[in-house]
Amino acid sequence: MIEVLSTGALNTVQDLGRDGCLRWGVGTAGAMDGLALAAGNLLLGNDTNCAAVEVQVFPFKVRFLANCDFALTGADCDARLDDTPLMPWATHGACAGQILTLNLPRLGALRRSRTYLCLPGGVDVPIVLNSRSTQLRGAFGGVGGRALRTGDRLHATTPACLEGRALGLVPPEVAMPLHLDGCPAMRVLPAAEYAQYTAASQSAFWSSEWKITPQSDRYGFRLAGEPLQAIAPLEMRSHGIVPGVIQVPPDGQPIVQMRDAQPTGGYPKMGTVIEADLWRLGQMPIGSRIRFMETSWEEALEALQQTQAWLADTKRQIQLHHDTRSAA
Amino acid sequence: MTDAKPIFSLLGTTAALFEAPGPAMDLTRQQRIWALAKETQTWPEVREAVPGMNNLMLAFSTPPRDIAALRERLVSAWATASPMVLDGRVIELPVVYGGEGGPHMSDVVAHTGLSVDDIVALHSAPVYPVYALGSHPGYCYLGGMDERIATPRRQVPVLRIPGGSVSIGGFQTGVSASAGPSGWNTIGSTSMSFFDPELAMPALLQPGDSIRFRVEKVIR
Repeated sequence: MIEVLSTGALNTVQDLGRDGCLRWGVGTAGAMDGLALAAGNLLLGNDTNCAAVEVQVFPFKVRFLANCDFALTGADCDARLDDTPLMPWATHGACAGQILTLNLPRLGALRRSRTYLCLPGGVDVPIVLNSRSTQLRGAFGGVGGRALRTGDRLHATTPACLEGRALGLVPPEVAMPLHLDGCPAMRVLPAAEYAQYTAASQSAFWSSEWKITPQSDRYGFRLAGEPLQAIAPLEMRSHGIVPGVIQVPPDGQPIVQMRDAQPTGGYPKMGTVIEADLWRLGQMPIGSRIRFMETSWEEALEALQQTQAWLADTKRQIQLHHDTRSAA
Repeated sequence: MTDAKPIFSLLGTTAALFEAPGPAMDLTRQQRIWALAKETQTWPEVREAVPGMNNLMLAFSTPPRDIAALRERLVSAWATASPMVLDGRVIELPVVYGGEGGPHMSDVVAHTGLSVDDIVALHSAPVYPVYALGSHPGYCYLGGMDERIATPRRQVPVLRIPGGSVSIGGFQTGVSASAGPSGWNTIGSTSMSFFDPELAMPALLQPGDSIRFRVEKVIR
């Protein structure tokens, strides 16, 4: 069990998301970096979909109330157990009374913005409508449908001590980098209204850098750049959308829907960041710049397979490590 | 039955969007969308078939390798889909129009050239059928709004409107079920609980139900 000693405003419990409730207006929620969450769970021998704490506002501090292992993945945030620095993307063990502090992620080109604190068996919160993810808009899921607060106590579902089995991983942004002219890139499949934008706007969409503005959160990333202009004003019927959809409101500044996105929308859509690259975008800090890279259905499916292969390979590595340890 | 072709498009590899052809929003076309949703929900690659306003999103359990084949199957299923009539309930909602709860009434006045009283009269006259749920838990998209009060979505979405906000977005109207961001023009407010995650059927209203807005008060 852990107790939250200090937290920012919007740290939440998330699993890989809530499926099958779109027809009731319930969006998927879920981890902004699903790959980091899945890998953190694998490190502890958990199912990839187990719930963890998504920390996006730092510093974040918890006290362990019992001996417990944990894993940290996602942003490298100068984590410390009491005064001991901890490796990112690794498992660790804490004794009762020890304090874990997650600080502001390190600056630099590989700066990321969200850290996952995974516990053995996952964070034990009730399943609501098929998932443990916090649904902030609906005020359910996670811990009471809200962000974590000081004093909250979270239980690991199967508290365990893996003593001496610590191990680390190579982060996926190192294993599977994607850049365009030195700028972090996301692959995009054009969407229905792409053809209704001017040739100049289509070209600017692919060739210019987009800045992630401070008005960006788990709902969506509002981007700033060359305004995108439709050939004629578009007024649409509301329709289903998914995380990754790039909407263009009339002011021409695109908004990428993220994990807390509404399940429907009505602004025209330039494209969709493919599912295989959503974890990359979910880690990009406010103020950073990104590029969009046009892709095809076949390439997008291949990219999805590549992330699944990375997870399968990670699982094999972890298993091998454990087997070697048990044999030793 | 149709004079134009349906539009099929991709939402990444997560989902596909099917838009029924035709100019205005239409209840019969929506009843065919409900029929199409019922059928496609049984397809193995479909995790969830989600009706929108005269359109349907298919969220994939696994994205199909042959996307062209899926498109063909959808188009032929649409061609044979007959309207599915759903008999639902009528829920009455008391609305305070204008004032603090309707901060964008003046924008609707400016766009339509109508008076507040005209807008209220036109907005509260119909019985609105629920076409689909979306946006946020329990939110209903309604059909049948008078085109004279249609007002474009806002240039920049508002970061937070309260639950119970009655608003107009283009030629659609609806009531927000909880506080959150919105690109629509809010003209009034009501109070009603639309969603309970503890229930087996968590949403108060379903496609086929209807809403009637009763004028409780008009703040000019």
